[in-house]
Amino acid sequence: MSSAFAQVAATGPLSLVQDLGRSGAAAMGLSPSGALDRRSLLLANRLLRNAAGAAGLEILLGGLRLDITAGAWVAVTGARGLVLLNGKPCPLNTALFAAAGSVLEFRVPDAGLRYYLGTAGGLAAPLLSGSASSDLLSGMGPGPLRVHDVLAKHPARTPACPGAAGATAAAAGPPTVKDPPHPGRALALRITDGPRRNLFTTSAWRTLTGQEWEISPDSNRIGARLLGTALAQREGAGAQLPSEGMVTGALQVPPSGLPTIFLADHPVTGGYPVIAVVRRSDLDAVGQAGPGQRIRFLAPPR
Amino acid sequence: MQLTGAPEPILLPCGDGAVLAELPNLQAVLGYYRGLSRSTPAGLLDLVPAARTVLATFDPDRVSVGTIRRWMLGTTPLQGSVLQAPEVVIDVRYDGPDLAVVAHHLGLTEAQVVNVHSSSLWTAAFTGFAPGFAYLVTDHERLRVPRRNVPRTKVPAGAVALGGEFSAIYPAASPGGWQLIGHTDAAMWGSGNGPLTPGDALITPGTLVRFRES
Repeated sequence: MSSAFAQVAATGPLSLVQDLGRSGAAAMGLSPSGALDRRSLLLANRLLRNAAGAAGLEILLGGLRLDITAGAWVAVTGARGLVLLNGKPCPLNTALFAAAGSVLEFRVPDAGLRYYLGTAGGLAAPLLSGSASSDLLSGMGPGPLRVHDVLAKHPARTPACPGAAGATAAAAGPPTVKDPPHPGRALALRITDGPRRNLFTTSAWRTLTGQEWEISPDSNRIGARLLGTALAQREGAGAQLPSEGMVTGALQVPPSGLPTIFLADHPVTGGYPVIAVVRRSDLDAVGQAGPGQRIRFLAPPR
Repeated sequence: MQLTGAPEPILLPCGDGAVLAELPNLQAVLGYYRGLSRSTPAGLLDLVPAARTVLATFDPDRVSVGTIRRWMLGTTPLQGSVLQAPEVVIDVRYDGPDLAVVAHHLGLTEAQVVNVHSSSLWTAAFTGFAPGFAYLVTDHERLRVPRRNVPRTKVPAGAVALGGEFSAIYPAASPGGWQLIGHTDAAMWGSGNGPLTPGDALITPGTLVRFRES
C-alpha cells in the first residue's frame, strides 16, 4: 500500500532514495549504501515521527523541483540553503505541510552538499535486502530520480500531522540539528588504527595525522579522495595483500599514497591496505563536505 | 576453544564497528566463515569472507567490540562436509574467446580444459568486484591461468571465466580481465519477479557449483 504525493519536475545533479542502508548482503557483494549524512536523515524521520529507517530523498546540491500532487507532511534537513514552497522560503529542520498543488524547490545549498527530504510515513520504494537505498557502485536500488518520476509514501499510521506543526528538532529530542562543516575551517575526524597500519612506516602515520588534507573534486558516494602529502608504505608491503573486506570509514591507501575515505557505496572488498578507520559518527560531516574542504585526522594517543 | 590443529584467527582492528580476522589460507577462511555463520550474535551486520580474511561488521550501539571479539576467538571452523551446503548446476557452452589461449597456456587441449572445468566441484569462497560475482575454488589448481594483460572493456553477462586460481561467472555485463572460456544463460542475480533479496543471488559464499557442458 502506498500513495502518490509528488511528481519530479526537475532532478538537480543527483537525487536519490536513501535510508539507513542494507546489511546481510555484503557477502554477496552488496555495499551497505544508505544516507551519507545519516544523522540528518534520522532527524527528518524523527521530526515526522517516522521509523528511524524510513526512506527519504538525498538531494545533492539542490536543483530538485517537486510538484506536490497530494498533501503531505515533509521535513527538510541536512544542507543549509534556500528551499521554496510555492516560491516562499520554508523553514528547515521542521515538519511542514505541503498542500496539493504546491511546488517544493531546492536551491543550491549555502552550506553542506546534501539535503534530506523526509515524508510522513516514509518514501515507498522497492526493497533490496531490506533497504530502499540506491547504490551507485553496483547500480542496485531505485537509481537516480528522473523527471516525471512519481514519488509515493507509505500511508502514515495517523492521517493528521505527524508532530505538532513546527515541531523543532529540539522538541523532538536528539538527533539535533548539526551545522554542515565550515569550508574555511579544517574538519576534525577521529580515527583509530586500521588493520594494515603495520604496512606503513611510522613517518607515514605522522604524515597522516600531522597535515591538513583536502577533499578532491573527484569524490562521490563511494569515497572521498584526499589530496596532500602522500603516505609512504614499507618497502614491498601491500604488494602481496590479497583483497579483503572493507568498512565504511576505511582510509584505503592505493600506491599513489593518497588515501580515500570509503563512504556508504564503497566496494565490499578491496586490495589496497587500510591504514586507519574514521569513526562512524564523524562520517556524517564528510557527506556534507565539498571539494576543497580541509580535513585533519585525530588519533588517540598511544 | 580451538579444535586441535585448527588455525587461530588473528584479529585486527577495523574501526568502531568491525573486526577483521586473518587466517593462513583460503581453506581456513572457508571453514571459519562457515563456523561464524552458524551462530551469529545480535547486532552483527555482515560477514565478508575474502582470500585470507573474514570481516565482521556490527552495530556498536547493539553489541560491544569485546563481545564480537570473544565470539570470533571462540568460534571453531566448520568443514564443508559437516554442512549441508547448497549445490547449483550451471549449464555452460564452452565457446569462450579465450578457450584456445587457456588451453595453450596450460598445455592441454580445449577438450581437456572443458573436461577438467566441468568435472571439478567448485566452492564459492567469497564475492567481490560486483554483486553476485563469486570467486569459485576447487581442490586443485590445474586451471590456474594469469589474467589478461589488457582487460576487456566489456564482458557479457553470463561469461564463464578463469582468473588466477579462481573460476567465476560474470553476473552482469562489465569490464573484466579474466580469461573467458564459455557462457551460461543462468541468471546470477535476481529472479526478475518482485523485490530482490539476498536469496536472489544464485551463488553465495559456501555454495557448491558444478558446471555442465551443454
